[in-house]
Amino acid sequence: MTSSLRLRAGLVSIVLLAAFLGIWHIATRSTGATTTMSPEYAKLMGLTATQGKSAMPGPLDVGAKLWEHLKRPFYDNGPNDKGLGIQLAYSIARVGTGYLLAVLVAIPLGFLIGMSPLLSKALDPFIQVLKPISPLAWMPLALYTIKDSSVSAIFVIFICSIWPMLLNTVFGVASVRKEWINVARTLEVGTIRRAFTVILPAAAPTILTGMRISIGIAWLVIVAAEMLVGGTGIGYFVWNEWNNLSITNVIIAILLIGVIGMLLDQILARFTRMVTFPE
Amino acid sequence: MSDKFISIEGIAKRYPGAGGATTTIFENLWLSMTRGEFACVIGHSGCGKTTVLNILAGLDAPSEGAVIVDGQAISGTSLDRAVIFQSHALLPWRTVLGNVAYAVSSKWRNWDRAKVRAHAQTFIDLVGLSGSEHKRPSELSGGMKQRVGIARALSITPKMMLMDEPFSALDALTRGTLQDEVRRICLETGQTAFMITHDVDEAIYLADKIFLMTNGPGAVLAEVVENPLPRDRGRTDLHRHPLYYALRNHIIDFLVTRSKTFVAETPGHDPRNVPVVQIGKPGLSIAAGSDEPRQTWMPGTSPGLSA
Repeated sequence: MTSSLRLRAGLVSIVLLAAFLGIWHIATRSTGATTTMSPEYAKLMGLTATQGKSAMPGPLDVGAKLWEHLKRPFYDNGPNDKGLGIQLAYSIARVGTGYLLAVLVAIPLGFLIGMSPLLSKALDPFIQVLKPISPLAWMPLALYTIKDSSVSAIFVIFICSIWPMLLNTVFGVASVRKEWINVARTLEVGTIRRAFTVILPAAAPTILTGMRISIGIAWLVIVAAEMLVGGTGIGYFVWNEWNNLSITNVIIAILLIGVIGMLLDQILARFTRMVTFPE
Repeated sequence: MSDKFISIEGIAKRYPGAGGATTTIFENLWLSMTRGEFACVIGHSGCGKTTVLNILAGLDAPSEGAVIVDGQAISGTSLDRAVIFQSHALLPWRTVLGNVAYAVSSKWRNWDRAKVRAHAQTFIDLVGLSGSEHKRPSELSGGMKQRVGIARALSITPKMMLMDEPFSALDALTRGTLQDEVRRICLETGQTAFMITHDVDEAIYLADKIFLMTNGPGAVLAEVVENPLPRDRGRTDLHRHPLYYALRNHIIDFLVTRSKTFVAETPGHDPRNVPVVQIGKPGLSIAAGSDEPRQTWMPGTSPGLSA
């Protein structure tokens, strides 16, 4: 029953994709010669003017270009011409660094706040004010203080991914079932051991949910941050290709950003499942 | 009462209420138990039974008074006093063996892995869970989960066991089996046990002494009922004992009517010298007289009272 549902859902997905590609293809296809002009002039004008082709690339153009990129993902022809693999690797490295730093700060800090009602109340106003700030608003301040655009991008990732993790860790730690704490108390388990053997495993699903939200936000923000700081990365690639008016490359980049974002989310989802135990 | 193993001395529990007022759950509560005794507390919800148990366990502190166990006033929790929780409170990320081993390694911190596992295994076998060591709590039935809870409590070889309605979430059949197990284990190991229950038959089957508490707030320990049934009682012929119905009726009468009216009707009640009710012993008993005819009931003629 479930397998047949999955099969049918898959079929519907394929039909929808085919319909989308079909409409895209029809909407952007050449309509035939529009005006007659001298071959040299026509060459200058390009297909848009001579064949009525839309400036928006069709799915076949994108497919061909994507294949070209996939064949050579890691070429490096200088600052403005690097393979997509290299650009993505830069972005993933920045997200990874900023994100890991955020994990190192948010989880221990969240633990402390969650276990101490005093700290929780004392730090609450700061968190409430800092949390809603758009990560990109930090950019000028980061550039001014850090004086390095690449590190500033990492800082922006750090600051945007810290909040969901921090708040989820606080919540997870503060709402560990009283009975589990009581089990540890009746067994005279010390605070440190209790934190690692009861509170951490009990709060792990909530913490990992926060980490999953964070990685999603970090991946959203990196594109915008790299558009600002420039140089390398998939965000820079998108902006650079826009300046080159290569809509095909922009579309490919959008597609890849989506795919990588999905993969990052799936990895964290798998980790969350690994630490979640039904009662 | 010369060798008091547990002595609760004049404890009170108060909570700050609205507008500076305090709510007194109970006050001036005195209660004692000897070593190896099995006591059950019966009372309606809100009379503070669980609070008394939590104070005994050290999970809660009394607002007044003290609890003395084995000659020492308690402060906080102790590995000498094991708790079996109503909701079993197993750690879902640990296996059966892991849950028991966690308790064992908490008590004997310098034991190596093999020794901890072997010790935990002994207690898993004791509660009849051999073969399920590597299952997680979610794979166990309610009865099996509570067996793990019992194994965990016993594995630290406590001086006493505290049970907060341990079987109330189980079906009748499983409850019966587990009552048998707990009774057998407590008798074999000479455990002192303190159990909260709502089930009158459970109390009659398990307890040596039954503490009756009036309704809260302002609950008092009204009576200590000594169980007249022999120590080697069996579940199947419990109801054939001549004093069974007198005892059962006494407790039910208390729960139905006297628990509400006791405080008002007994102005001279001394919480330090709570009357001990010995069913079937003339002169000392309070309720047995009125139930005299029922004691002569023949076995098998009591319709619908097997509960």
